[in-house]
Amino acid sequence: MMSWGQLGFQDAGSYFMEEFIYFHDFTMMIILGVLSYVVVFLILGLISGWVDSGFVEGQLIEFMWTIFPALILIQIAFPSLLLLYLIEDFSKSFLVCKVIGHQWYWSYEIKTESSELLASVDCYMLPREDAFGMRLLLTDEFLMLPINVPVRILVTSDDVIHSWTLPSLGIKGDAVPGRLNQLNLTLNRKAMFYGQCSEICGANHSFMPIMLMGVYSWEFFAWLDRL
Amino acid sequence: MSSGVEITRPEGAIPLAQKYSGLSEEEVKKRIIAYNPPADSRFPNQNQTKNCFQNYVDFQRCVRLRGEDYKPCQFFERNYKFLCPTGWIEKWDEQLENNTFPVKL
Repeated sequence: MMSWGQLGFQDAGSYFMEEFIYFHDFTMMIILGVLSYVVVFLILGLISGWVDSGFVEGQLIEFMWTIFPALILIQIAFPSLLLLYLIEDFSKSFLVCKVIGHQWYWSYEIKTESSELLASVDCYMLPREDAFGMRLLLTDEFLMLPINVPVRILVTSDDVIHSWTLPSLGIKGDAVPGRLNQLNLTLNRKAMFYGQCSEICGANHSFMPIMLMGVYSWEFFAWLDRL
Repeated sequence: MSSGVEITRPEGAIPLAQKYSGLSEEEVKKRIIAYNPPADSRFPNQNQTKNCFQNYVDFQRCVRLRGEDYKPCQFFERNYKFLCPTGWIEKWDEQLENNTFPVKL
């Protein structure tokens, strides 16, 4: 979860989020380089007081200041598109979990091979006095998923549009009634991950958080047995 | 990892999960959740609504054509039960009973 005064990302909870953070850092380096370059030349130009009334064109400089930015953008585009297509690869999933948004709580469904509904969990927000200081984040029940297992999450809604978000995992999927949105998730560590609904959905939109716990596979099966 | 492929075993062989747990085949199946409906190239993108609905329709058509006991129909049944939310399945089953299902089967 976020801390007060935190400016950067939370620690990555999934492999995709790690890659997103690397890409962000890489792009930020380029942005800061370009910004410094532009600011230095802007200030130098303003304070120098020199004016060249005969300067109307310069073929070489115009060529350079077109080509270099294009090359920089291509350099940014490669990892960006690579990540974009990587997160859309759904062929390796091992487990299917359905997430259904309601007004104003989330429910999760996990089915078994014999087509029985093994787990259906409804998660309501805990009131302020029961939340151990973590107001608007804790729920009475939470979803448990095994770590290092690719999970196929299918998000939908029962009534209005919601959005299932977990920033530390780098996932966000709109829960649209009548539509199934597919998300790919592989947790990389045992931890508790928090999120909040990200699409305005009525009076209690701010009060339907998401809690997800990453556990070992055997702990996940034990949790399913207990439900 | 399970991907929906039917495994053929030699005669008399039983699945490892059943052999080591001592449970019956039905009991083992009740515990298996590691099934992922295989990637369908007709639905390659994020929107899987049609994937779920098409498997449901295909199962209903398969059962009407070949009968309830025809094993290959279970492929579609398993796919739609894993993909579709329970509420949708219940709604469509009700529509089928009331003869108001929007697709001609």
